[in-house]
Amino acid sequence: MSGNEPVDDAREGAPEPAKDAGPAKDAAPPEGAAGGAGQAPDASELMVKAEQVHKSFGRLEVLKGIDLNVRPGEVMCVIGPSGSGKSTFLRCVNHLEKIDAGRLWVNGHLVGYREKGGRLYELRDREVSAQRREIGMVFQRFNLFPHMTALENVMEAPCGVKRQPKAQVRERALKLLDRVGLADKVHGYPAQLSGGQQQRVAIARALAMEPALMLFDEPTSALDPELVGDVLEVMKQLALDGMTMVVVTHEIGFAREVGDSLVFMDGGRVLEEGRPREVLANPRHPRTRDFLSKVL
Amino acid sequence: MTDLSKSGEPERARPEAIKAVPVRHPGRWVATVVLLVLAAMFVHMLVTNKAFDWSFIVDNAFRPNIVEGVRTTVLLTVFAMVIGILLGAVLAVMRLSPNPLVSGTSWLYTWFFRAAPRLVLAILFGNMAILYAKVEFGLPFDAQLADLLGVDIDGTLFSINTRTFLTGFMAGLLALALSEAAYMAEIVRAGIMSVDPGQSEAAAALGMSRLRIMRRVVLPQAMRVIIPPTGNETIAMLKDTSLVAFVPVTNELFFRLQAVGNRTFHPFPMLVAAVGWYVAITSVLLVGQYFIERHFARGAAGQGDARQRGRLRVRGIGFGGGGGGAS
Ligand SMILES: Nc1ncnc2c1ncn2[C@@H]1O[C@H](COP(=O)(O)OP(=O)(O)OP(=O)(O)O)[C@@H](O)[C@H]1O
Ligand SMILES: [Mg+2]
Repeated sequence: MSGNEPVDDAREGAPEPAKDAGPAKDAAPPEGAAGGAGQAPDASELMVKAEQVHKSFGRLEVLKGIDLNVRPGEVMCVIGPSGSGKSTFLRCVNHLEKIDAGRLWVNGHLVGYREKGGRLYELRDREVSAQRREIGMVFQRFNLFPHMTALENVMEAPCGVKRQPKAQVRERALKLLDRVGLADKVHGYPAQLSGGQQQRVAIARALAMEPALMLFDEPTSALDPELVGDVLEVMKQLALDGMTMVVVTHEIGFAREVGDSLVFMDGGRVLEEGRPREVLANPRHPRTRDFLSKVL
Repeated sequence: MTDLSKSGEPERARPEAIKAVPVRHPGRWVATVVLLVLAAMFVHMLVTNKAFDWSFIVDNAFRPNIVEGVRTTVLLTVFAMVIGILLGAVLAVMRLSPNPLVSGTSWLYTWFFRAAPRLVLAILFGNMAILYAKVEFGLPFDAQLADLLGVDIDGTLFSINTRTFLTGFMAGLLALALSEAAYMAEIVRAGIMSVDPGQSEAAAALGMSRLRIMRRVVLPQAMRVIIPPTGNETIAMLKDTSLVAFVPVTNELFFRLQAVGNRTFHPFPMLVAAVGWYVAITSVLLVGQYFIERHFARGAAGQGDARQRGRLRVRGIGFGGGGGGAS
C-alpha cells in the first residue's frame, strides 16, 4: 500500500543539515505536483512523509537517513532489533526529539519548523504544541497521570488545551472509555488498574484529542501476556475505523493481520518495507530473515 | 503444573488455623517498667519543683499582650512561608530552565541566601533604612543618563521612605521569607526531579504547554515529595520568628514572654510557657500537614489495596531490567 520504490540499504549521500536552505525540490511543493502517478507522492497527500531523516545523540548516530511514507488510513508496523532507532523515529515524528538533517512532514505540515524563502525557522513552543495535537502517542510504559482518575486523564487535554466545554468532553470521554472496554473503571486511579487497562486508558486519552495520526511505541511489551490481547483488540478496532497508525511492535501476528505495510529497521536504517505477508513470508534482506527467525 | 493450585484445592480440607505460642519478649516488659518509673519521676518533679510555679505560668501565659505576641508569631510564620514557598517554586523552575542566565540567577540567589545566617539577615534588614533612606522605582540609571545628556529627566515612578515601608515587621518578614525561599527552592527542585520524565513527555505529546505541564502534571505529583520537608521548614520557621526580636520586632511571642519574665523576676516559668506555646502551635500545624498530605496522596499506589501495590512493585522491576535501551 505504501511507497513501493525498492529500498536500497546503502545510502551514503548524507543530506544537508536541516538548518540550511534545501534545494528547490523539497521547498514547499506546489499543489498537484506529483499528481496520481503513484511516484514520490508529495507531503500534502501523505499523513507522514520522512525524507532522509538523521538523528544523533552526541556522537552516536541513531537514525541514518530514514525515508518513509504513510498514507492516510494506513497502518504501518515497524519492527527491528533493540536499539535500531524505532522509538527515536516515533519521537521525531512528534517532535519530542529534534532531527539533525532531512525533512519530516505530518499531515502536510513540516514538523517543528516553518519554511520561508528557502530558510527554516524553528517553531515556537506554542506552535509545536499545536502540531502535537494532531498526533496521538501511546507509550510502552503508559505514562498515565497517577493523580487523576481514568476519566480525568482522558478529559485533561481536551478541556485544558483545546478549551472545549466540560460537559461535552465528559460525554465523549465516557464514550471513548466505553469503546476501550473500561466503562466500569472510569473513576479508578491508574494504580488501581491492571497494565492492560492502563494502556487502554492511555489510548482513550490520546484519542480524546481527535488526532489525525496515532503513534504506538511497543504498546504491549510491558504487559503480562494475558493482557496483551485486549489492547491489540482495541488497536485493531481503531485500524478498522480508518485511523492512520504507526505501530512499533513485536507482535508479528498483529502486523500480519492488521498492518497495511511492514517496515524492518536496523542500525538506524529502513532495510525493508512492503506488505506484511510478503515481508514475513519471504524477506529479501538477510538481516530481516535473521531477525524474523529469532522472533517467530 | 498449573492445575495443582486450581483444581486440587477444593478436594482437600482446609488445615486448621495455626495456634502457636508467641515468642516472649521479657526485654519489653523491663523497658516498660523503667520508662514508667522515669515518667513518674519526671511528672513528680514538674509538680513539686517550686521553680515551675504553675499558677504563675497559667496566670501570665494568656495575658492580652502575650496573645498578641502569638498572633504576630503566627502571622510572621504564615506570611514568611507563603512568600518563601511561592518564590522558592519560581526559583526551582528557573533553576531547571535550559537558559543558563535564568538558571544561573537562581543558583546565585540560593547560594547567597543559604550562606547568610538568618539572624544576620534580620539585623541587616532592620538597619536597611541607614543604607537606603528611600526606595525608588523607575527607570534604571535615570540620574546618570540625565547628567550624560545634559537634560533634566526624572525617571522615578514612585518612591517610598524606607522607614515607613520597612517597619520592624516588614524587615523581619523579608529577612525570613527571602532566606526561606532559598531552602524551598531546593526542596521544590528535588520534588520536580522526582517526577518521572515520562509524565512531562506524555503531557507534551497531548499538546500541553510547558507551563500547563508544570502546573497540572508535574507539581501535583512533586507535592508528595515536597510536603514533608516543607512541614519541617514551617516548624523551623515558627521558632525562627523569635530571631526578629533583633530587628527589632517587639510584639513577637518569645520577646513578650521574656519581657514578662524579666519584669516579674520570674524568667524560668515564662520559658516553660514559651515551650508550651510553641508545642501547641506546632501541633496545630501538624494536623494541617496531615490533611494536605492526604489530599496530594490521591491515586498513589498506597491508596490501592495491597495486591495492587505488589503488582506495581513487580512491574517496576520489570521496567528496570527492560528499560535500558528504551527512551
Ligand atoms: N536521549 C538519548 N540520549 C542518548 N542516547 C539515546 C537517547 N535515546 C535513545 N538513545 C540511543 O539511541 C539508540 C536507539 O534507541 P531507540 O530507543 O530508538 O531504540 P529502539 O529501536 O526503540 O529499541 P527498543 O526496541 O529497545 O525500544 C539506542 O542506542 C539508545 O541508547
Ligand atoms: Mg523503543
